[in-house]
Amino acid sequence: MSETKTTTGVNRRTLLKGAAGAAGLAAGSGAITGFPYVMSQEAKVLRYLGTAVNEGDDIAKKCLADTGIKIEYITATTDDVTKRVITQPNSFDVLDTEYFSLKKLVPSGNILPLDAKKIKEFNNITPVFTKGELPNGKKIGGQGTAPWKVLYLEGAGSSKFATSPTEFVTLIPTVYNADTLGIRPDLIKRPISSWAELLNPEFKGKASILNIPSIGIMDAAMVVEATGQYKYADKGNMTRAEIDLTMKILTEAKKSGQFRAFWKDFNESVNLMASGETVIQSMWSPAVTKVRSQGIPCVFQPLKEGYRSWASGFCVSKGVSGKKLEWAYEFVNWFLSGWAGAYLNRQGYYSAVLSTAKANMSADEWGYWMEGKAAEKDIKAPDGTTLEKAGAKRDGGSYDDRMGNVACWNAVMDENDYMVRKWNEFIAA
Amino acid sequence: MSIARTLNDARSELVAWLQAGPMMLVFGLFFLLPLALVIIVSFWDYNEYEIIPRFSARGYTETFEGCLTELPNLCTILKTYLKTLKLCFLVWAITLTIGFTVAYFLAFHVRSTTWQIVLSLLCTIPFWTSNVIRMIAWIPLLGRNGLVNSGLQKAGVIDKPLEWLLFSEFAVVLALVHLFTFFMVVPIFNSMIRIDKRLIEAAYDAGATGWQTLRDIVIPLAKPGIVIGSIFVITIVMGDFITVGVMGGQQIASAGKIIEVRLNALHFPAAAANAVILLGFTFLIIASLSRLVDVRKEL
Repeated sequence: MSETKTTTGVNRRTLLKGAAGAAGLAAGSGAITGFPYVMSQEAKVLRYLGTAVNEGDDIAKKCLADTGIKIEYITATTDDVTKRVITQPNSFDVLDTEYFSLKKLVPSGNILPLDAKKIKEFNNITPVFTKGELPNGKKIGGQGTAPWKVLYLEGAGSSKFATSPTEFVTLIPTVYNADTLGIRPDLIKRPISSWAELLNPEFKGKASILNIPSIGIMDAAMVVEATGQYKYADKGNMTRAEIDLTMKILTEAKKSGQFRAFWKDFNESVNLMASGETVIQSMWSPAVTKVRSQGIPCVFQPLKEGYRSWASGFCVSKGVSGKKLEWAYEFVNWFLSGWAGAYLNRQGYYSAVLSTAKANMSADEWGYWMEGKAAEKDIKAPDGTTLEKAGAKRDGGSYDDRMGNVACWNAVMDENDYMVRKWNEFIAA
Repeated sequence: MSIARTLNDARSELVAWLQAGPMMLVFGLFFLLPLALVIIVSFWDYNEYEIIPRFSARGYTETFEGCLTELPNLCTILKTYLKTLKLCFLVWAITLTIGFTVAYFLAFHVRSTTWQIVLSLLCTIPFWTSNVIRMIAWIPLLGRNGLVNSGLQKAGVIDKPLEWLLFSEFAVVLALVHLFTFFMVVPIFNSMIRIDKRLIEAAYDAGATGWQTLRDIVIPLAKPGIVIGSIFVITIVMGDFITVGVMGGQQIASAGKIIEVRLNALHFPAAAANAVILLGFTFLIIASLSRLVDVRKEL
């Protein structure tokens, strides 16, 4: 008995010693890398809730080095982020989410709008977000939950979206992109130019769509319009009859074995495409890049009907105030100041403030990613791996060509409840 | 004398309550209370972003939408349950056959206890990696360009890849059997090991054939293990949506999937209603199984 006790004692001592060592180490390393902010009374920590897409370790590291703010990532899927905001609003400080979820988040009262006046670069944010047009003035498609429809609130505590600019911004824009179909040109062996090809019986058993109901149904709607079967008033806000029609076409395709599988997760989409299980499917830009980096040909195919776009941005939890709120502004301002924007652009996304991102990229990088020019040197990912050899051009071309051809935006429909039930029916068919 | 006995009885009753107390508390707090909440919420109303605490049977009526009007076609919920039941039955039948055989081998053919332990530990190898990894590992094996297809093609058995190997009911059943056979092996083995060997010797002496011994002695005495194993497998398969999702390419409906889709859309009361329906359904199956064997008595 006494022997056991001694052992425990020793264990505890070792443990304490270890802990003290670790603490010393932490203090030491803190003193080396960030002397100025060790002086401040409390550590600046922000809990950052979002999807894995934007939560790069490099961004957190760079942010800590530049501002002294420590970012603690809370990673969840798109659906779970929304669920968490609704059910546990105090479990995060900064929220990184997509504009289409605002229809659910804003009425819940669990998020706070940010003040546009405190965002340094706010006036430099691309007009894609604020006016629905390209920097050159060209109007872009606004079906669905386009960001400019839900960008402003009527007041600080309001849950009503304002139709004209106010200083209360629901989400400070950060990143967006235009999505289309990914294809395997080596297996298809002919040009693809229309969304209609997704349900072409030629690709029976080799097609896939995204298994997030609200997004999957919009891809289906792109196909329905492309085949000329129906023209929607708003693909992102269908009537019940339109939902029925779209789901009927999808169901017929499913029953005839058109789809190999549906995917929900970034890596699933990469695996399906890389293994050749599918040859045509809805996809995200970095997933296409990932397939290509495995040496497998894959194209993010521009289509004549246009792109389905998405956009995300920052806001804070309703529980954030005082110093935390100041850090949140500091973080958002840092995020828009260029380094992070360049980082996002190099992954194939677009940053909200183009001018600052441009200043952080080489002319060749900017030419490849944003202007549709052939790369002069090898194009590298943020982690240094080679994405494209010199001479390559980006799929879909320039920013203006891609964003200028957006047809609709990810959305939550008014008839969402009905659509979700129909989706379950579709899976059961 | 009688007073002393009453006191004694009262004391032992109190001790019994105290002994059962902690378990009851855990059971009440972490099972009955949440269950009651789920049932209550299932009768509430909801909108796109919140639960509205006001009575509404909407979660249920919408779930059974079209069940009468669409006859003779099946409505979504019936189709889904039919599919889930079919998968459940197949997995149950296969895991039972394999589980029973493995347990029989372990209990009657392996003589030394050491080897019995070693071999049953071997059965746990599939559990050394996570559920999700075990499922993903099937893809390079069963895929269109997977090992099985390329092997068969090279051997000249088939000339084009078999599509039904992956993202199909076959794949779902295969993965579920692989995952859950162990849950059948353990309780059946546990029952078999307790069968008095002399009974089997007596049967042999009395001239029973191997088949008769199995039918009249081993199976009846292993019944508690079979029922417990069946309860494990059936409850897990009824509620599973991850395996069905990954192996079925998200194209096969399951009761759990319906709940997941509703939860993701923040329709909590509708999800709760579906959970209650699933619970009721599973409860019916378990209740009918328990009629076959009084598990409590047998234990």
